[in-house]
Amino acid sequence: MKQTVSIRGATHTDLQHDSAVKHVTGRADYTDDIAEPIGTLHAYLGTSTVAHGRIRDIDFDAVKSAPGVVGILTAADIPGVNDVSPTGRHDEPVFATDIVEFWGQPIFAVVAESRDQARRAAALAKVDYEILPHVTDAADAMAQGYPHVTEPLKLERGDVAEGQKAPNRIKGQMRVGGQDHTYLEGHIAFAEPGEDEDVIVHSSTQHPSEAQHMVAHVLGVPSHSVVVNVRRMGGGFGGKESQMNLFCAVAAVAAKKWNRAVKIRPDRDQDMESTGKRHDFVVDYDVAFDEEGRIHAVEGQFAARCGWTSDLSGPVTDRALFHADNAYFYPHVRLTSRPMKTNTVSNTAFRGFGGPQGVIAAERMVEEIAYQLGKDPLEIRKLNFYGGPGRDLTPYHQTVEDNVILRLVEELEEDADYQARRRAVLDHNAKGGLIRKGIALTPVKFGISFTATWYNQAGALVHLYNDGSIMLNHGGTEMGQGLNTKVAQVVADAFQVDIDRIKITKTTTEKVPNTSATAASSGSDLNGMAAQNACDQIKTRLVEWAAAKWNVTEEEVRFLPNEVRVGDDVHGFNDFIKAAYMDRVQLSAAGFYKTPKIHWDRAKGQGRPFYYYAYGASVSEVSVDTLTGEYVIDRVDVLHDVGKSLNPILDKGQVEGAFVQGMGWLTTEELWWDQKGQLKTHAPSTYKIPLASDIPRVFNVKLADWSENRELTIKRSKAVGEPPFMLPISVFEALGMAVASVADYRECPRLDAPATPERVLMAIDRLQGA
Amino acid sequence: MTYRPEIRFLLNDQEVRLSDVGADDTVLDFLRIDRRLTGSKEGCAEGDCGACTVLVGRLTTRGLVYETVNACIRFLASLDGCHVVTIEHLAGPNGRLHPVQQAMVEHHGSQCGFCTPGFVMSLYALWMQVPHPTAAQVETAIQGNLCRCTGYAPIIRAALAVSEHGTPSSDYLTVERDRIAARLAALKDGQRVLVQKGESQAILPADVDDLSAVLSESPEATIIAGATDVGLWVTKFLRTVSPAVFVGHLDGLKEISETDGSLTFGAGVTYSESQDVLARHFPHLAPYWDRIAGWQVRNMGTVGGNIANGSPIGDTPPVLIALGASITLRKGDARRVVALEDFFIDYGKQDRTAGEFVESISVPLDQPGRHAAYKISKRRDEDISSVAAGFNVTVENGVITAARIAFGGMAATPKRASHAEAALVGRPWSEATLQAAADELGRDFTPLTDMRASAEYRLKVARNLFRRFWHDQTGDQAQLKSA
Ligand SMILES: Cc1cc2nc3c(=O)[nH]c(=O)nc-3n(C[C@@H](O)[C@@H](O)[C@H](O)COP(=O)(O)OP(=O)(O)OC[C@H]3O[C@@H](n4cnc5c(N)ncnc54)[C@H](O)[C@@H]3O)c2cc1C
Ligand code: FES
Ligand code: FES
Repeated sequence: MKQTVSIRGATHTDLQHDSAVKHVTGRADYTDDIAEPIGTLHAYLGTSTVAHGRIRDIDFDAVKSAPGVVGILTAADIPGVNDVSPTGRHDEPVFATDIVEFWGQPIFAVVAESRDQARRAAALAKVDYEILPHVTDAADAMAQGYPHVTEPLKLERGDVAEGQKAPNRIKGQMRVGGQDHTYLEGHIAFAEPGEDEDVIVHSSTQHPSEAQHMVAHVLGVPSHSVVVNVRRMGGGFGGKESQMNLFCAVAAVAAKKWNRAVKIRPDRDQDMESTGKRHDFVVDYDVAFDEEGRIHAVEGQFAARCGWTSDLSGPVTDRALFHADNAYFYPHVRLTSRPMKTNTVSNTAFRGFGGPQGVIAAERMVEEIAYQLGKDPLEIRKLNFYGGPGRDLTPYHQTVEDNVILRLVEELEEDADYQARRRAVLDHNAKGGLIRKGIALTPVKFGISFTATWYNQAGALVHLYNDGSIMLNHGGTEMGQGLNTKVAQVVADAFQVDIDRIKITKTTTEKVPNTSATAASSGSDLNGMAAQNACDQIKTRLVEWAAAKWNVTEEEVRFLPNEVRVGDDVHGFNDFIKAAYMDRVQLSAAGFYKTPKIHWDRAKGQGRPFYYYAYGASVSEVSVDTLTGEYVIDRVDVLHDVGKSLNPILDKGQVEGAFVQGMGWLTTEELWWDQKGQLKTHAPSTYKIPLASDIPRVFNVKLADWSENRELTIKRSKAVGEPPFMLPISVFEALGMAVASVADYRECPRLDAPATPERVLMAIDRLQGA
Repeated sequence: MTYRPEIRFLLNDQEVRLSDVGADDTVLDFLRIDRRLTGSKEGCAEGDCGACTVLVGRLTTRGLVYETVNACIRFLASLDGCHVVTIEHLAGPNGRLHPVQQAMVEHHGSQCGFCTPGFVMSLYALWMQVPHPTAAQVETAIQGNLCRCTGYAPIIRAALAVSEHGTPSSDYLTVERDRIAARLAALKDGQRVLVQKGESQAILPADVDDLSAVLSESPEATIIAGATDVGLWVTKFLRTVSPAVFVGHLDGLKEISETDGSLTFGAGVTYSESQDVLARHFPHLAPYWDRIAGWQVRNMGTVGGNIANGSPIGDTPPVLIALGASITLRKGDARRVVALEDFFIDYGKQDRTAGEFVESISVPLDQPGRHAAYKISKRRDEDISSVAAGFNVTVENGVITAARIAFGGMAATPKRASHAEAALVGRPWSEATLQAAADELGRDFTPLTDMRASAEYRLKVARNLFRRFWHDQTGDQAQLKSA
């Protein structure tokens, strides 16, 4: 039977973000907007002002006598365990006790009647340190024999020594900078004490379950005593996957200690100084290739600035290795990670989770080959793509089964008129003017799934009320990506009802337990499936009931737009649900999902860590002023694969947003530490994320509308959060080409990231001098 | 001196009177904490992200003018006599979305939504002034607004489409303008205002003479104009600024005149207010002005404050020194004129005594020279300069007869490049001459390395600017095009 009418908000249709109207009117509540109960106290962290030192003494007198101060929390006040390490390594104290290991490390918290009072008082503590030597840079850490924060990974396949007999071999080093998340809403936690051991914590977190477990761990109470809620975040990007644990714990400890609600919200400087960022890497590569440009062997060492604890550095550096092939087949390969301890804030998850640093290294090797052989890097790319007999095995021994990279790249090459534009760029540069141009087309292949296999599970809770309205809850968190909207679309589709009927509620550990972080781009894959599973359970009961009641076969019970057909009768959805309720059908279900097929043996470096891959490609054209190093991104064309999109307009928004964020990572966003180990770029005044005027002057973003996930993902869609973050590597490489033009492309420009105007000018200078 | 012990202003449609106000209370805390108007967000508390953007309307010689400001660094006391419009006031009484809001929803201009109220306010202000903006105008209007989620593309699309949803002539602030202006006029009583919270005191002098009097009474008072520097002393460095003397409201410091061959503007003239007249006389300053801070900060910040602040990286001193500007300082009734380049003595030290204030800035008009202004920064817009430069070179019959070239970011103060200038004067106007002058820069400056730029880059780029200047003047080489 063909449907004539359809529901509002079905999957695969464009639908605005569920909170859009609330966003534009200022009525969307974030954690700091929740009305505070009378007597709410405010906490503020006191942090280390040395990069490495032994605390000899702390004088709190001035703090205690400051106006409004209620008390001070130190490690001694923690009833449970002084630890918030997300991986159970017990290496991350809430408050330092004896040693501080980075500038900005929390030592204590002041609790006062107002935030202003707490903040002012926190600055009054006098800490006496014995200064110890420090290291902020990964290369220095290796040179000085600093330890790893977690076990390194090795991926190996083939016979590297054999492959290195190829006619050409290039060794090089690349530095790839880190990145601050600069979510517009900073960290915050707001705890309300309850009876017994109970506490409710509202927080801006991507991982409420972990926050719950951490608060319980720090309070020394069972997890069932702690509820963590989040309605929405003002951006997360990975920065709120583990980093809010500490704030939740401090607020909860204070709330229990004083039996009053306690809020903690660092200012932007403290947020940036004291919470983790994207890892910066020093990559040493060694690539062997033949005269055509075909890669024979790759050897790479990926050293990362992990900071003072492990946090998520293990999986982040693992993922860098998983993506050090990007879309290329390496016949012989050996990749190693070096997760270095440094006296800096502990780096953490950030969109791409190490993947981008791996991908950019692969692209650097392609550039090296192209410049050495005097060819267009795109030609080298195509030559080395996965595909063809015996060329589909990754360095971690997973077979690439869903490869669409060549099709994507060729389509984009054609659409964006790459060849003609490249010729025009070469002609322009041949005239030798001061403004040089560059153009590049780079691909992305990104593995989807948490590499920690157990994280690939999700739960959802769906209630159908007897008036036919639906309440949806799932374990994912909303940080702007539109996850709630997409999952609601899945539910609307399942019951064939207008989406307006579905209420999307806050994420809370009370409704769905043991959830995974909303991360690794997995949000809609996992939670969409769990919600669908819950709907299916309810539908199964409804179908069974209706078939029996009206004496038809189960096939004759069909959910049509906003009504249910039973045999030849049509029931309005509300009436149908009401009748089911009257007949005592259970109208609520907890759904569950776990990703199939995946497995990973880290010790062996073998398995199938990823369920599938998402692909994309972009062409960027740039202009560079060779006198100042300033540049403009003239045009960008993107073609990106999101499978069969659940909501194309939201997915397009993710691609555009990720592109600009990735562009920031590779251009103006620079983290800079001084000699004393203090990060000096710790607010938007000194740390420059892109503005509207920085984005490509022409910006064409297209989704590959022919794509469909070959795996049975939710409605055959693909994850979209992270993969497009790597698209702007084409901007970076185009900048490199403009730079290289000053020396007639004889040399690989070897730009380090971020390519600030300064780096660009200095690279030009270097090449002109050469 | 009698004074009024309260400030009065309009907040959306309500009149507010407050007496318990300290010097350092900010508008954002007042809105969010005292009034629970939580639509305006705090993203940075330093004027850089725009999440706190509100409109402030004030009576000027041009009538009632609304401008975007950063509520996070704007001091509450300075709102006396103003109309504050927040995001809560935009949607109609029946919940109907405002045209800007409608466009933002339709074009998917929000993701996490935290930046959104601020963008809506900036786009609202733009739409009122320019109902059909170009993309370039949109970008300029949102220079002071950060969005980390959307990549801006949908916000720009929304901004270009606002007028499809309504016209400014039927907007609340247009329809009600006369009534609001009358209400604001009724709040004015020409008195000095003094409000206090605990020890913290804020004074709004009645006029410039009264300012002079206040400063004679308390010479150590903090003068606050636009608060785009002082605001950060409070929000970031927790400094005490009491007693604070506000000057931004003084009409007497807002005058702009063109007499005796000079353009003179009062110390209270903001970047936005000075832009048109400067651009008319010195076209090279128009794009340069657009690169100082973002729109909100340009609406608040003054050139006088930029000078008085004495920072080596302020953007106006280099270009004004190159133009031979001078400032008038006043103390009591005594005035003295100081060449701008002489005002900056050393890092953190200016030629200004306690109780003295900057009254006006004068720039000689009708200068025949070749002019240019350059700003080098990590990010094109809303960034602090690594290097800023003003060039003013007079060429007669192919020979350079005078040169004033000043740099910011190269020394402890904004400073002329005297060796380089000397290498120009008397030489032929040629690329070689400029190159030779550039080579002298190492004798003029020993710049520092910091998070914005290394010493090497600063020196190198400063030298290259001499070549850039040559090519821009001769027009033989293209410039980087951003539009
Ligand atoms: C987000 C942001 C971006 C910025 N970007 C730039 C930029 O790109 N380039 C740049 O140059 N600057 C920039 N600034 C700083 C710039 O806005 C200020 O230097 C501004 O010009 C100061 O003017 P104000 O009126 O705000 O001064 P205030 O902050 O009110 O005062 C500044 C100083 O001047 C003194 N003062 C003010 N008026 C007088 C007077 N009449 N007599 C004597 N003393 C006085 C004050 O006491 C104080 O010491 C930025 C600031 C912010 C917040
Ligand atoms: S909060 Fe960022 S500009 Fe005001
Ligand atoms: S929508 Fe999240 S910062 Fe703009």
